[in-house]
Amino acid sequence: MTDGRRDPDELLKQVEEEERRAKRGKLVIFFGAAPGVGKTYAMLEAARSERDLKRDVVIGVVETHGRYDTGALVIGLEMLPRRKEQHRGVTVEEFDLDAALKRKPGLILMDELAHTNGPGSRHAKRWQDVEELLDASIDVYTTLNVQHIESLNDVVAQVTGVIVRETVPDQVLEEATEVRLIDLPPDELIERLGDGKVYVPDQAAHAINNFFRKGNLIALRELALRRTAERVDAQMRLYKTEHGIQRVWPTGERILVGVSPSPASAQLVRATRRMAGSLHAQWIAAYVETTASLRLSEKDRQRVAENLRLAEQLGAEIVTLSGQSAAQETLRYARSHNVTKIVIGKPTHPRWKDIFAPSFLEEMVRGSGGMDVYAISGDDGDGRPIESRDRPLPAPTLAVGTYGAGLVAALLATAVSWFTFGQKQLADVVMVYLLGIIVVAMRFGFGPSMVAAILSVACVDFFFVPPYFSFAVSDFQHVVTFGVMLVVAAVISSLTQRIRDQASAARSREQRTASLYAMTRELAVTRAASNLSAVAASHLHEVFDATVAILLPVAASSGPQASPDAAPPAHAAEGRLTNAATGSFAFSPDEKEVGVIEWVWSHDKPAGLGTDTLPSSNALYEPLRGMRGRVGVLGVSPTDRHRFVDPDQRAMLRVFATQIASALERARLAEEAQQAQLQMQAERLRSALLSSVSHDLRTPLAVITGAASAITQKDATLSVEAREDLAETIHEEAQRLNRLVRNLLDMTKITAGAIKVAKEWQPLEGVVGAVLGRMEEQLAGWQVKATLPPDLPAVPIDAVLVEQVLINVLENATKYTPKGSLIELSARQEGSSVIVEVADRGPGIPPEHLEKIFEKFYRLPREREGDGAGLGLAICRGIVEAHGGKMWASNREGGGAVFRFTIPIEGTPPTIAAEEAR
Amino acid sequence: MTDLTVLLIEDEPQMRRFLRGSLATTGYKLVEAATGTEGLAAAAAHPPDVILLDLGLPDIDGLEVTRRLREWTKAPIIILSARGQDQDKVAALDAGADDYLTKPFSLPELMARIRVAVRHASDAGGKDDSVFTFGELKVDLAARLVTRGGEDVRLTPIEYKLLATLVRSGGRVMTYQQLLKDVWGLRYASQKQYLHVYVGHLRNKLERDPTRPRFLLTEPGVGYRFKVE
Repeated sequence: MTDGRRDPDELLKQVEEEERRAKRGKLVIFFGAAPGVGKTYAMLEAARSERDLKRDVVIGVVETHGRYDTGALVIGLEMLPRRKEQHRGVTVEEFDLDAALKRKPGLILMDELAHTNGPGSRHAKRWQDVEELLDASIDVYTTLNVQHIESLNDVVAQVTGVIVRETVPDQVLEEATEVRLIDLPPDELIERLGDGKVYVPDQAAHAINNFFRKGNLIALRELALRRTAERVDAQMRLYKTEHGIQRVWPTGERILVGVSPSPASAQLVRATRRMAGSLHAQWIAAYVETTASLRLSEKDRQRVAENLRLAEQLGAEIVTLSGQSAAQETLRYARSHNVTKIVIGKPTHPRWKDIFAPSFLEEMVRGSGGMDVYAISGDDGDGRPIESRDRPLPAPTLAVGTYGAGLVAALLATAVSWFTFGQKQLADVVMVYLLGIIVVAMRFGFGPSMVAAILSVACVDFFFVPPYFSFAVSDFQHVVTFGVMLVVAAVISSLTQRIRDQASAARSREQRTASLYAMTRELAVTRAASNLSAVAASHLHEVFDATVAILLPVAASSGPQASPDAAPPAHAAEGRLTNAATGSFAFSPDEKEVGVIEWVWSHDKPAGLGTDTLPSSNALYEPLRGMRGRVGVLGVSPTDRHRFVDPDQRAMLRVFATQIASALERARLAEEAQQAQLQMQAERLRSALLSSVSHDLRTPLAVITGAASAITQKDATLSVEAREDLAETIHEEAQRLNRLVRNLLDMTKITAGAIKVAKEWQPLEGVVGAVLGRMEEQLAGWQVKATLPPDLPAVPIDAVLVEQVLINVLENATKYTPKGSLIELSARQEGSSVIVEVADRGPGIPPEHLEKIFEKFYRLPREREGDGAGLGLAICRGIVEAHGGKMWASNREGGGAVFRFTIPIEGTPPTIAAEEAR
Repeated sequence: MTDLTVLLIEDEPQMRRFLRGSLATTGYKLVEAATGTEGLAAAAAHPPDVILLDLGLPDIDGLEVTRRLREWTKAPIIILSARGQDQDKVAALDAGADDYLTKPFSLPELMARIRVAVRHASDAGGKDDSVFTFGELKVDLAARLVTRGGEDVRLTPIEYKLLATLVRSGGRVMTYQQLLKDVWGLRYASQKQYLHVYVGHLRNKLERDPTRPRFLLTEPGVGYRFKVE
């Protein structure tokens, strides 16, 4: 690597990246330190010069704020009409994304990138609209102020005291094709402000004096300049990599930030993002679920979720770990993932607490080994969850009854002690009480066991410590005993409680794993895509308490299509999507939902409930992505709409989705493989057919042509006999040709599985009779003996097909046996089937060919060419097998071959109403 | 029996050529039509004594032609079908066609079918024979008597009814449906096993060798035929 040559993988990645970028529209951000520096003006000017170069420029959104000079620039540019939406009686005008995509200009102007869209919009934020425009290969010009950048958000808040709610992820800025810094010295800006040239939104009016202080403006300007410089720096590095000058990512830094429910945790996350940005390091946001976190309040859980989501938005990989100690678990993860730096919050708890247990910070620092630990100040919190009692202890049914258990335990211990030890052996008595406390702690938890402890102390005092039957204590020694007893009880109780918590945490973890495992196992044994969908739907329903839709492109799903009441097919980029999940766990997306599904399918990103894209829909839609690309879309509509706010649940759903996608993909691949197999077989048959056709059809055709030409010759002096003989030859050859074609057609039908067996109960006699009647001419030269016992039962057969079998076998016999020899046809019942036999006295079949003669296009070596395509017996076997029977050949004693086939007598023959004889 | 008009509705020119040449020597007058529409028009213009109808016509399918012809003419219709058209063939027979021939067929076969059809048509018009004799077999429909080689054959009522139906058809094929409806009644139209069993009984009683029937022939997939020639 040091020789400047570049890793091929990286090169490939770069090429792919370039390709993606080439397809995407170009994003130009007009970047400024504060409102009023002239971003919109600069953007409009740039757009006008683009228009003068004959580019198709359209204004998506531009806020002129009534300023004359800016407004003047708008004139002459096409303006996209806005979408009007009634919201609580107020008409809200918003940018119309769909109209823009439909209009598809070369360049669109989108002022104020950080804008939050009104209700009814597809995306929550304007930058998401911009992303979609870029994806549609539309170039975008936009404006952005430094305080709106996500990772700088809190810095700006610290500097200016104004908290900005509308933020744009850093990634948008980083992926912009161009960032143009619009710079204006603070003095000039203040002057413009004084002249009323700067528009200040109403809601910020109160902050105007704060915000536009010179100090602030300088700080903001510095931030903006620095951010731009960072970008330029990054470009420089990129240039260097692209030209193999130097590798920029060898630092291999990896930063981990500990996330907690503390509100300050968001600051930690942002700080880490900045650190990771300047180090060009990967970063991970980790949250440790300890036993204590099981007792977190709903609000705290929410906050953890928000913090993790923020980290994810800022580009972190997020992980949720679980274990007993947050510090140990974090360190373990950090070590196993080669983390080089760990960022945690500064402790804020009182110092004395450290006496009892090492603080999180101390544990981290001691255990960090080769890793650097950064403790960054937060307003409160120390990376440990704030314990709160908003949420009841696990097993909320404790209530009064369980506390009663404490009382019962104390009384029981008193009784046992009283009758066993009497009042003298205080040490033994205390032991008995402790036993009671332990039992209560184990069974009912911390609270009841503490009740038991206090009551126990009271009882010991009352019954066993002189003066008896009084709470007074005569000896100070006993006070110490009580103290020790209480402490021991408390320790035991808390230890037991911890074990209980751990067990319940393990249980819930196990439940999750088990549910995933259960689904994976069932998916593994399911084949068809439609069944897979049903299995997936039932498991998702169970785990997430939700109804499910699994939308697959029509071509990918096999077997029965979704029922007619399922989703109307969505016309997506490639083919149609149909809901493959049916049954009580499935829901059918309506028109509106279908729009969301299409979006998810074509953008390969989640949308719907709980996301920023189209959050008003009733279900969350996750793309199903397999190893070889997208497979479909998974829709989950939970009973509780807030379920997927929890990133844990989202993450779990994603794991489920991955499993489902890979199962579906597997099914699809298997199907494709099977198709290929079938195709190969068909191909092989076709080639055999072709060679057979060319050989076997030509001979009779040649004979017919020759004979016919002889007859029709004008000047021929053929005798009448010769003429008749030729005509006879033509007739015979034509019949042979007919047989050949019939066999070929039958074989094709059998191979294609197109053969339909229409079984009817009938006596075999009729079939045999029909065959012998039809073959009367052919069999004229042989002695044919048919023996059918009169009590032969009726058999369920397709007469037409079984006739075909008999005809083929008899034809075969006439081919190989000398004229005048005996051909015996017989049938008999054996068990639950009828065996039909055709035996001859010909030369027999060489033993090694007994099985091969049933293969397609197989002919005995001595067979003359043109005697048949070698299909007759293959057809027979195909027909017999279609009836559920078997067919085989063997040699007879005394010479000759015998062909046997069985017809199973399945089911009961329909009853024939009896009729009295006349 | 000459000067009969045969209407051939067939789209294959070679097939028409073969029949034109063959029928010319037998004294039939041949009217040709290449499509169903032409055929229907020709049938009206030259009322034929027999109609030979190919099932695979380019414009109207053979079944429909049969139906339209049957709306106004009783002229016997013989279906010419290729292999693999069994369903259509049976449907056409049920719709009123009299008989069928599977391609390829020989001229003698065709002539036999035409003769049977014509004879049956003329029978239906006038005299009502009540005694049929086929070799050693004699069926007296008036006396309800069946003898074989002079000996009485005892038949059950249904056996007799089945035999009578077949004998009356005069050598033409009878589909399963037609037989079941005529002998057992509409309710039994799909109970083919009755037919198989009773035909078996009849063969045992009437045929010299039941495994090689001479009179009660099976037409695979279509029905039964009582052979008269």
